[in-house]
Amino acid sequence: MKPLVVSSFTVTSAVGRGRAAHLDALLRECTGLTEQRFEDSALACWIGKVDGVESVVLPKELAAFDCRNNRLAEITLAQDGFIETIAKARARYGATRIGVFVGTSTSGVRQTEIAYRERKTLRSEVLPEWFDYHATQSTSSIAEFTRLRLELDGITSAVSAACASSAKVFASAARAIEAGFCDAAVVGGVDSLCLTTLYGFNALQLVSTEICRPADADRKGLSLGEAGGFALLERASASGALACLGVGETSDAHHMSQPRPDGAGAAAAMRAALGSFDRARVSYINLHGTATPANDSAEDAAVISHFGTDVPCSSTKGWTGHTLGAAGIVEAGISLLVIENGFLPRSLNTRLRDPKLKAAVLLDARRASVDCVLSNSFGFGGTNCAVLFGRVP
Amino acid sequence: MTTCRVKSVGIAAPGLAGWAASAPVLAGTVAYLPAAETPYAPALLPPNERRRATAAVRQAFRAAEDAIGPGSDPQALASVFASSDGDMTVLHRICEALAGEPRVISPTDFHNSVHNAASGYWSIAAQCMRPTTTLAAFDASFIVGMLEAAALVRDLDADVLLVAYDAVAPAPLREKRPLTLAASVALVLGPAAAASPGSVSIQIGAGDETGCTGVLEALRLGNPALRALPLLELIARGRAGEVTLRGTGELRVRLRYSP
Repeated sequence: MKPLVVSSFTVTSAVGRGRAAHLDALLRECTGLTEQRFEDSALACWIGKVDGVESVVLPKELAAFDCRNNRLAEITLAQDGFIETIAKARARYGATRIGVFVGTSTSGVRQTEIAYRERKTLRSEVLPEWFDYHATQSTSSIAEFTRLRLELDGITSAVSAACASSAKVFASAARAIEAGFCDAAVVGGVDSLCLTTLYGFNALQLVSTEICRPADADRKGLSLGEAGGFALLERASASGALACLGVGETSDAHHMSQPRPDGAGAAAAMRAALGSFDRARVSYINLHGTATPANDSAEDAAVISHFGTDVPCSSTKGWTGHTLGAAGIVEAGISLLVIENGFLPRSLNTRLRDPKLKAAVLLDARRASVDCVLSNSFGFGGTNCAVLFGRVP
Repeated sequence: MTTCRVKSVGIAAPGLAGWAASAPVLAGTVAYLPAAETPYAPALLPPNERRRATAAVRQAFRAAEDAIGPGSDPQALASVFASSDGDMTVLHRICEALAGEPRVISPTDFHNSVHNAASGYWSIAAQCMRPTTTLAAFDASFIVGMLEAAALVRDLDADVLLVAYDAVAPAPLREKRPLTLAASVALVLGPAAAASPGSVSIQIGAGDETGCTGVLEALRLGNPALRALPLLELIARGRAGEVTLRGTGELRVRLRYSP
């Protein structure tokens, strides 16, 4: 693909709000994960909860969209000058020429959980009057909210491919720009904590009772988190600007909720993201690294099959938790911070690296001159996506 | 403007069981006869996955397998799956379970709850490792899927399977999202030059949305996948023409078909 400049980006996760908070937490090695119960969940585990989502008020004209997921979107859109950047882009391109591609796995399902709980308590047949399916529960809600909040009217799509959703938005946006359906694109992802994913991942026995420890010999599973992130993508002009240089998408064709043990699908996604790019230019790989036994070993096989055992890599889920459909955009943001600031984050919470893993997982952070970063995101349904970030040549 | 070739069509909706039987109805040469859909067992799915596949997944497979037909190779196709609401029956079961005690979700329901379930089952069934994506755009899901698929054809310079589908909504969700008929539409799209035989040229623009007439209009409005019907009518008639589909917000998409 032709490089696309990332003209602006912002992220919110349990470590904080905005770029500066993330850079600071990464450099100070300060996790956002805490041992607490979400709402009335009975599950004891570590979660990456964004503080203050409960008190966010959406703009009055978008009140129908009020739910935890869109509040998290509102926090994110309102920081790092993102709304102002988009207003300028809108003046330049026109509202209809900026596409909106937002990834999510569960959108506003928390609102539906609350509606069902109320229905049960009231012993009612019907759902409460206040429950707005279209503006909160529907998968498209987050994309529609983003489009309206940014006053855009371009092609708008909610990409929902489980935990690869907001990595795949880079591919959809690049294709839409290339096809002429839009001239620039807002890409992003938002997923918020809910009982569905907490209890669902527990049912699959994938949640750790301890803090998640990616690549650790004694890793026991993932810690769930919530997050949001957005970026503006434009056709490249100035050389040296931060950019998305490639995206690779593949399927495992293996199992609905387990990765291919040999990592062949994941490796093919990394290869496709690189295209004709020299792999020696990849300074760091931001791993999907959920800290489940199966993910980390399959991903290790994939990394070493294409890169050998020398390229430094780590998962940053020790900071944020696994933010599911938002993981792609959060880790895109981290990858861009790594390039901008010249450091390689270590695998946080990892005590003893699993000797069965052969990739160069970083146990200590490093200062480094960073050329390109590859970011991996994989999801249920066997979907794989890798995104390459660097600078415009 | 982007152009792609429509290589084959699949459809599954009440009274529109498969493209071969439906084309004359959509062309207006055979009368539409209402008929309830019968249960469908996807032919390509291995037995384990077939047992676990939800109604929405089966609905997606029904049109996809109709479009693929014998002789073509699903393993070689990249794909785009477009659905407004995925499987609302699974959503209902999970929310119902979480509202009571004990809160126990079935692991199968949980992995089936992802919006890309149909895409995942399809890649397993077709043993296909090609790129696939899944999107939602509420009632505009078909046309947004069409844009994504056309852009993917261009990107890969290869054939792409587009599947738009939605299942029925169970009570009590049905009152909030009245999806009362299950339907799916599939297109195999390939590279083409503008105005070449069997091609569709796609342009973002304005204009009035094209509808259908009579009973087909009720079908068109009854399921997001069937917003494709005006385009399918053009294809079935084998005549050149243009239709306008409603996108998200004020966006409209013009589709010009050349037989």
